[in-house]
Amino acid sequence: MTPQPITHHIDDALLMAYSAGTLPEAFSLAIATHISMCDECRATLESFDAVGGQVMEDQSPVTMNDDAFAKTMAMVGKQSIQRPKPANDIPSVLAGYIGGSLDDVEWRALGGGIKQKIILAGGDATARLLYIPAGQSAPDHGHSGMELTLVLRGAFKDETGHYRAGDIEITDDSVEHTPIADMGEDCVCLAVTEAPIRFTSVFYRALQPFFKI
Amino acid sequence: MGMIGIQTLEKDSSLNSAMDDRVVSEDLKDKADPVTIKTADQWGSYLEAIKSTHDVAAFEALFGHFAPRIKSFLLKSGADTNLAEECAQEVMVTVWNKAHLFDPTRASAATWIFTIARNKKIDALRKASRPEPDELPWGPDHEPDQTDVIALQQETDRLGRALAELPEKQRKLIERAYFGDLSHRELADETGLPLGTIKSRIRLALEKLRHAMS
Ligand SMILES: [Zn+2]
Repeated sequence: MTPQPITHHIDDALLMAYSAGTLPEAFSLAIATHISMCDECRATLESFDAVGGQVMEDQSPVTMNDDAFAKTMAMVGKQSIQRPKPANDIPSVLAGYIGGSLDDVEWRALGGGIKQKIILAGGDATARLLYIPAGQSAPDHGHSGMELTLVLRGAFKDETGHYRAGDIEITDDSVEHTPIADMGEDCVCLAVTEAPIRFTSVFYRALQPFFKI
Repeated sequence: MGMIGIQTLEKDSSLNSAMDDRVVSEDLKDKADPVTIKTADQWGSYLEAIKSTHDVAAFEALFGHFAPRIKSFLLKSGADTNLAEECAQEVMVTVWNKAHLFDPTRASAATWIFTIARNKKIDALRKASRPEPDELPWGPDHEPDQTDVIALQQETDRLGRALAELPEKQRKLIERAYFGDLSHRELADETGLPLGTIKSRIRLALEKLRHAMS
């Protein structure tokens, strides 16, 4: 799936948080998609999972109910195991969220030939597909917090480096960057941003004493 | 309980020690307890027994060891007692149902069961699903190479020892990350993360992946 070697990876803190299962779903989607394309990050993830296994192993056991094993035996064989559908041009995990391949996406124009499609808008993070025509620069999107940009097709360049299919860029709000798609092929990315929720939560916290919520 | 006519493991000493571990597990507070370390490697073969012969005795031994630890893990992650009990049972149901997907050349039993417990935790505590990386095109259907299995066991033992020998502060940090007490931002800011302890584990996993793909 990856013609060239991947040179921009997921950092250890994010991989550990993904292994622990503490990230918002939108971030996990970008990470799972990258790992589907990248052996190095898969190997690191498997090792963080091994750390998780050891943490669980080291817990002081808490006694199960007397009927726990009997109840478990009564349930076995009754869970359905769903198989993800295979996709041709992108990892299946992403295809499941898009509902098909990149060619089936119903884009929304943002102007200048740039298009987007929001595929996951949770309370804490948003995942969208971005379509940047060859040679074009992406719109100045003032995101707050962390942003992950995973290249699915084509390539782009910005102040921090050159990103090709499979590469992932990780930035926080201190980084000003203007991605420009390479000439020759339109660029499609999966971009995940943190939602600006800080203000809201502070606002609600301030109201708490008055409304007893 | 529907256990009639189902094959059981031979009464070998390793199974007995597993049963003992289950019975006395409440008292096993010492992380470096030799019983825990000695038995760590046999759980994978019990999973193989469930996979190949639906071995209920092997499953009961796994249940005795892992269910109380899964419950403990879920309690520390914020579940109440009822939810932790229920989820621990459901995790073990999945262990039985998916035993055929266990690949001893890529994960120890504890690692594999952790990933199931982690997903159950996200599902039950956060009402969210976890996007999973695509499975590799080569599955666990192939006969596992014993050399690979042993290499992974040794690496898992080494990782376990390295974690046990960490200073208390660093070990607590890792625990907090896995219980969900530490955000990814706090993790990123944390310079004391002992990532060196997993570097050789990563190398082994990468070799395995590259070898299998070539
Ligand atoms: Zn990577």
